[in-house]
Amino acid sequence: MLHVHDLTVRVPGGPLVDGVSFAVAPGERVGVVGASGAGKSQLVAALLGLTPPGPTVSGSVRVEGTEVVGASAAAWRPLRGRVTALVAQDPGTALDPLTRVGRQVALPLRAQGVARGEAHTRAWALLAEVGLDGLARRYPAQLSGGQRQRVALALALVGAPRLLVADEPTSALDVTVQAGVLDLLDRVTGPGLAALLLVTHDLAVATRLCSRLLVLEGGRLVADGPVADVLADPRLADVVAASRALAVHR
Amino acid sequence: MTAPLLVAEGLGRHFDRSAAPALDGVSLRLHPGERLAVVGESGSGKTTLARLLLALETPDAGTVTLAGRPVRPGSPRSLRWFRRAVQTVPQDPARSFHPRIRVGDAVAEPLACLRVPGDHTARVAQLLVAVGLEPDAARRWPHEFSGGQRQRLAIARALAPRPQVLVADEPVSALDVVVRLQVVDLLREVSEAEGLALLVVSHDLGVVQHLAHRVLVLDAGRPVEEGPVGQVFGHPASPVTARLLDAVPTLAEVGS
Repeated sequence: MLHVHDLTVRVPGGPLVDGVSFAVAPGERVGVVGASGAGKSQLVAALLGLTPPGPTVSGSVRVEGTEVVGASAAAWRPLRGRVTALVAQDPGTALDPLTRVGRQVALPLRAQGVARGEAHTRAWALLAEVGLDGLARRYPAQLSGGQRQRVALALALVGAPRLLVADEPTSALDVTVQAGVLDLLDRVTGPGLAALLLVTHDLAVATRLCSRLLVLEGGRLVADGPVADVLADPRLADVVAASRALAVHR
Repeated sequence: MTAPLLVAEGLGRHFDRSAAPALDGVSLRLHPGERLAVVGESGSGKTTLARLLLALETPDAGTVTLAGRPVRPGSPRSLRWFRRAVQTVPQDPARSFHPRIRVGDAVAEPLACLRVPGDHTARVAQLLVAVGLEPDAARRWPHEFSGGQRQRLAIARALAPRPQVLVADEPVSALDVVVRLQVVDLLREVSEAEGLALLVVSHDLGVVQHLAHRVLVLDAGRPVEEGPVGQVFGHPASPVTARLLDAVPTLAEVGS
């Protein structure tokens, strides 16, 4: 459903993403890992047409067959929210602070022409599904960080996307809250549901959900394969060793 | 056992009278060379405790003493004795250095403002080597260093006045796992080499296990459990601790 070929994001100093190629099958859950500055977030932005003005994006990204590199806002309109959806890192800045969260989740449906009552009912149901039953009338500031990230996830899911892209969705959250959000992502993605592209610096988080890992280093894709193979890859040895050294032993 | 160095008795802090206290009845004892971690969920009072122990805030209840001498927020001059003995490593290495002060001067700053006698240039060179950087790094600017290197610089700066205690609030949470391990190992090494006591606030239980001897678990501002890390993590007595431990995702035992 997602085909990426030779994707490059270039700034005058050199490439931020350098000739990356991979594909994601429907319902597949793929982790994107790498150190700070490896190009993870730049890759996500380029995939979703969200690269800010400045860097040049070249290569090919096909979303269910539609070429989106250099695509106009009009070309993106039928895709965004319905085929692809993004859960960003910081739930504090991803939501409109002046709109009640139930209304925010209903807005994409209204934009698709769903009637007000129907949109309202579906938004309320989805908020209940992500564990926010009864909180639809709150403003974002009246929710905790974990609750706001659940709203962001409901907002991403409301268009029933076939690819959910999550960029460090839990790195701003406590471990206990993180566990809840990971359980939720586990429930709403996978075979027969949305595909998941999960960007994280935390290998344990990636392996909790994903069957396949992509490893970025200096903007290049240096490994791509089943989790077990990638974790055994010598190029990842220092990361795996550090993750194990800092794992909790009980 | 030696006398405790940094002691807190019944610390309380109440920011908003209509809400529950941020910190309520927390006591702790930190002995020379000991490494104590403070863990708990967001809002459990970890950062408030660290700020009270650093005399950055005045407690609404309870006392802090260093080697028996009461500690309370005051003028830089009145706290000079305390700042020489108790230093801190900040959380975010990107924002803890003045961008237009060369790192050598930044590391030397506590020596100057705490009136520490001796050759400051030589001390800075020695500190930079101690944290694994080149001595000529002193002439460079903060932006020339990576996050991990800047956190090493922050540790060098904290060690400059030869403190007896480091209080660090999430000192490695902004770092990648590989660099995180290096900085945790560095903290452990300097603690062991210099007999430095550490009080580390961290939400990362793996870091706590790697670094600390003892752990204090806070929940809603109250202490719920304290003891040796092995005992608390192996057999948590409080459901709060068990919940924290259960939430940590583990790396599947593949390839090991």
